[in-house]
Amino acid sequence: MRSFTYERAASPAEAAKAVATTQGAKFIAGGTNLIDLMKLEIETPTHLVDVQDLGLDQVEDTEDGGLRIGTFVSNTALSAHPRVREDYAVLTRAIQAGASGQLRNKATTGGNLLQRTRCAYFYDTNMPCNKRKPGDGCAAIDGFSRQLGVIGTSDSCIATYPGDMAVAMRALDAVVETVKPDGTARAIPAADFHRLWGDTPHIETALEPGEIITHVRLPAPVGGQHFYHKVRDRRSYAYALVSVAAVIQPDGTGRVAFGGVAPKPWRSEAADAQLPNGAAAVVRTAFADARPTEQNAFKIPLAERTLAGILADAQTGTRS
Amino acid sequence: MEFNAPAGENLFDRSKIVGKSTPRIDGPLKVSGRAPYAAERHDVAANQAYGWIVGAGIAKGRIRSMDLDDARRAPGVIAIVAATEHEPVASSDFNYAPLFGGREVSHYHQAIAVVVAETFEQARAAAGLIRTSYANGDGSFDLAKVAPGAPLASDRPSDSAEIGDFESAFAAAPVKLDERYTTPDEAHAMMEPFATIAAWDGPKLTVWTSNQMIEWSRQALGSILKMDADNIRVDSPYIGGGFGGKLFVRSDAVMAALGAKAAKRPVKIAMQRPLMFNNATHRHATRQRLRIGAERDGRIVAIGHENWSGNITGEAGENATLQTPKLYAGANRLIANHVAQLDLPEGNAMRAPGELPGHLALEVAMDELAEKLGMDPVELRIVNDAQGMVPGEPDTKISDRNLTRCLREGAERFGWSKRPARPASARQGRWLTGMGVAAGYRAAPTMKSGARVRMTDRGQLIVETDMTDIGTGSYTILAQTAAETMGLPLSTVRVELGDSGYPVSAGSGGQWGAASSTAGVYAACVALRRMIGEKLGFDADAATFDGGQATLDGESWAIGDAGALTAEDSMTFGEFKKDYDVGTYAGHFAEVKVDAYTGETYITRMLAVCDAGRILNPLSARSQVIGGMVMAAGAALTEDLHVDKRFGFFANHDLAGYEVPVHADIPHQECVFLDTLDPVSTPLKAKGVGELGICGPGAAVANAIYNATGIRVRDYPLTLDKYLDRLPAIA
Ligand SMILES: Cc1cc2nc3c(=O)[nH]c(=O)nc-3n(C[C@H](O)[C@H](O)[C@H](O)COP(=O)(O)OP(=O)(O)OC[C@H]3O[C@@H](n4cnc5c(N)ncnc54)[C@H](O)[C@@H]3O)c2cc1C
Ligand code: SF4
Repeated sequence: MRSFTYERAASPAEAAKAVATTQGAKFIAGGTNLIDLMKLEIETPTHLVDVQDLGLDQVEDTEDGGLRIGTFVSNTALSAHPRVREDYAVLTRAIQAGASGQLRNKATTGGNLLQRTRCAYFYDTNMPCNKRKPGDGCAAIDGFSRQLGVIGTSDSCIATYPGDMAVAMRALDAVVETVKPDGTARAIPAADFHRLWGDTPHIETALEPGEIITHVRLPAPVGGQHFYHKVRDRRSYAYALVSVAAVIQPDGTGRVAFGGVAPKPWRSEAADAQLPNGAAAVVRTAFADARPTEQNAFKIPLAERTLAGILADAQTGTRS
Repeated sequence: MEFNAPAGENLFDRSKIVGKSTPRIDGPLKVSGRAPYAAERHDVAANQAYGWIVGAGIAKGRIRSMDLDDARRAPGVIAIVAATEHEPVASSDFNYAPLFGGREVSHYHQAIAVVVAETFEQARAAAGLIRTSYANGDGSFDLAKVAPGAPLASDRPSDSAEIGDFESAFAAAPVKLDERYTTPDEAHAMMEPFATIAAWDGPKLTVWTSNQMIEWSRQALGSILKMDADNIRVDSPYIGGGFGGKLFVRSDAVMAALGAKAAKRPVKIAMQRPLMFNNATHRHATRQRLRIGAERDGRIVAIGHENWSGNITGEAGENATLQTPKLYAGANRLIANHVAQLDLPEGNAMRAPGELPGHLALEVAMDELAEKLGMDPVELRIVNDAQGMVPGEPDTKISDRNLTRCLREGAERFGWSKRPARPASARQGRWLTGMGVAAGYRAAPTMKSGARVRMTDRGQLIVETDMTDIGTGSYTILAQTAAETMGLPLSTVRVELGDSGYPVSAGSGGQWGAASSTAGVYAACVALRRMIGEKLGFDADAATFDGGQATLDGESWAIGDAGALTAEDSMTFGEFKKDYDVGTYAGHFAEVKVDAYTGETYITRMLAVCDAGRILNPLSARSQVIGGMVMAAGAALTEDLHVDKRFGFFANHDLAGYEVPVHADIPHQECVFLDTLDPVSTPLKAKGVGELGICGPGAAVANAIYNATGIRVRDYPLTLDKYLDRLPAIA
């Protein structure tokens, strides 16, 4: 870990400006991802701007019946919030499927969206990795890729966005609210928030340098049965091989997003439309352009089988 | 004292303390943070500096250069010992790959430097500034590729043997099984990493470290540092797990010693977790072939077990056939172990070395054979249970063996009769359920073990031995043994462990520790009893010691009247034991449910019924067995060091990527001990259990998955990607 300086900002705009104008600066929230990466010198910020004093730690009702979640709301608090449990159960289930109790106490909403990939080569600074060092090459493509992405990947990088919470947020059509260094605010739909790697896998989101997440907004509840099935090698404290967030309506329509398969939570409206036709039809549409490796090709049939299980449970009214 | 004939009736047959469930006497220290691990021993040496080990960034080759200038100038840096500036350390009998090897790199993350600084953070930051350039060499990293050409093990000729005429008997057998199995490389992944504080005082070196085998390590450190071992003190009283990974001195101790010499200050090193997997030793991957031929009634006529593994020296592989000569009868037998040369990190002992992967193959093969025979797998094992002599070593007698009882009692307790007779026939909603069984065998060796007992004039008894407690409960069983032998309450006994200044013990390894070290403490206590008898004028060997009194022929003596006394002795184990195989046995049972959609496996219940002689402390013995069962579950379902065959290293080298079981994976475990005694083992008639618990449960889980799904996977771990395409079709 390199040495760094530290400050606490008093307003989102001030924080954004501080990060934009200080060479090598980054935000820090719960620190559960950033500090780990700093210890390994995968991240080497020279200055940290803490977002904890910005008053962004509330979950509020919005006028349209939705929710507005402050970026500093912890994963624990968000998943336990009565309205989230009641109206957005897929989100509660997704959050609780992630990490561990201690980590969820520290992990924040904004930090969770921005957690970085768990590719083993990204974590080993002796190995070539385009994401860590643009132009360096990718050790994973012909290597240990079982956990990595099957779609939306590129010849530069096949890593995934590894998180759970964002998969549910994508299914719920959440919107990320930000403030830029010049003080202007904008709203980025979850669909556009994470980028595909292309040939710049080190650029992971739509955020501009210094742009700070202030809130995540959830539209009014959509009803239906809520499912989050995270398939992993052990029962807790492991990243998804594949996860499926789904909201299924009584008439069989609904929405579905897949985690653990791509640089972003993977959802398409065309695939959603296939829900009444069953899991195979959805997965055929959603994964039409998949480019798996030999080691992770199983993720596509696994996605189909996981969704099929959800649809079967939806019919009988049991939740997985 | 020599144990030179099977034990007759003795004081342990009337014991009041040994054999009773006794909470760990070090428990209060453990839960209140007063049982410090090596890196927490801030008080043992003043002015400790911090060391950070730099690991090689390639698997094989040569270091061209190391640019140390920026690191040397970094804040707080006191000294750097680097491979380019320091001669390689010497080797020892206890490690295959050099722990600090100069410019030659023989495996990934081999130590190539230690940076010593005022603070931990400074040492770590400065280490990040070292720039190393390498000339890459070619290495051999692919066991599957080199196994076919691997020679038979030459270092241990007993690893290969044939009895009768295996090939013909197998060919002629009416029912045959011939299958291949693989097990992956595995990591010890113990809680406490390697850690050492080293301090020099002139020519004398002290290492406060985390180590299972004090005397081995003292000797090894002497060889490695080319110094007189008598000038070395090793101290390791509390250990946060080892599983065989701490049987030997590792680079933390070596680099702390070199760093302390260079810094002229005590140096502390705790190895960073990401280095643990490639810097350390691991359990070698295996490829195994099982051939078993049987009569239609289930009696085995031919059993062949061949095994291939690899290691950095091309020797000392993972001997997965170890249990096969012992478990089942059969007149025609073949055992063969092949070892290939690989340039991966050093493979070495990990909990039940050989037997863990061996059972994963043999005990699944038995399940497959039972199905071919149309027999219940419990009955097949009982039909072939060995009697009297070891099947694969016909000149060796069996000391005491109750495997059939383990299996019968286990089947009864587990509700085996409810096992679905046909695979994949029990489905409730999305869940496929099934049960599996496996037998377990693990040898119960004993080794010479010494101790000193001091009786103070205040009536306290202090036991000193270099035995270690790696979380197993050694403190407690040694206190129980001393209290029992001296007829004193447990509360008067204090136990001091892990210091090379104390008499040499058997140490903790190979499940020999508990049986050997309690025998050693018994020997020392007998010597103390004799001193007391001499002083007070009675025949101690004839007297009964109880309640602080010695009693003989109606006369009593308060033993405290003998005043302060110190006795020392060792237990050695006589030639007669060579005629016997002293083993421990278990019947392991598992129940699973498998998600018919996703293939996710949930273990729902596990049971072990164990035959291991007198159980010294049922409470701590149970912890050992269920811990072994957890590890076996990991071996069956998740644990897998992924070899990157291009770069030659284990790619998933942290605890997020190397998945050991978590609590949610292990809902319900039961462990039952049979009330057996083994008079051939030690005067206490006790045997170890630390490795018995891992021998078999993994296969029981695999067999349960087969029973649930009808799908047989022979490549461990049994992750769902290996059988997803064979699960029931989805509507
Ligand atoms: C052992 C382990 C297991 C885990 N398992 C899972 C799992 O199963 N599923 C899962 O989803 N996650 C898992 N996680 C990841 C965990 O969810 C994340 O570490 C956590 O959510 C990050 O939140 P944080 O507040 O600590 O972020 P930090 O570490 O503080 O920050 C992360 C990133 O976000 C940036 N950032 C933070 N706040 C803002 C803001 N307001 N605006 C702009 N940028 C910001 C930081 O600069 C940094 O780059 C695991 C983590 C660990 C350590
Ligand atoms: S997949 Fe991406 S993160 Fe992994 S090594 Fe390749 S470039 Fe790096």
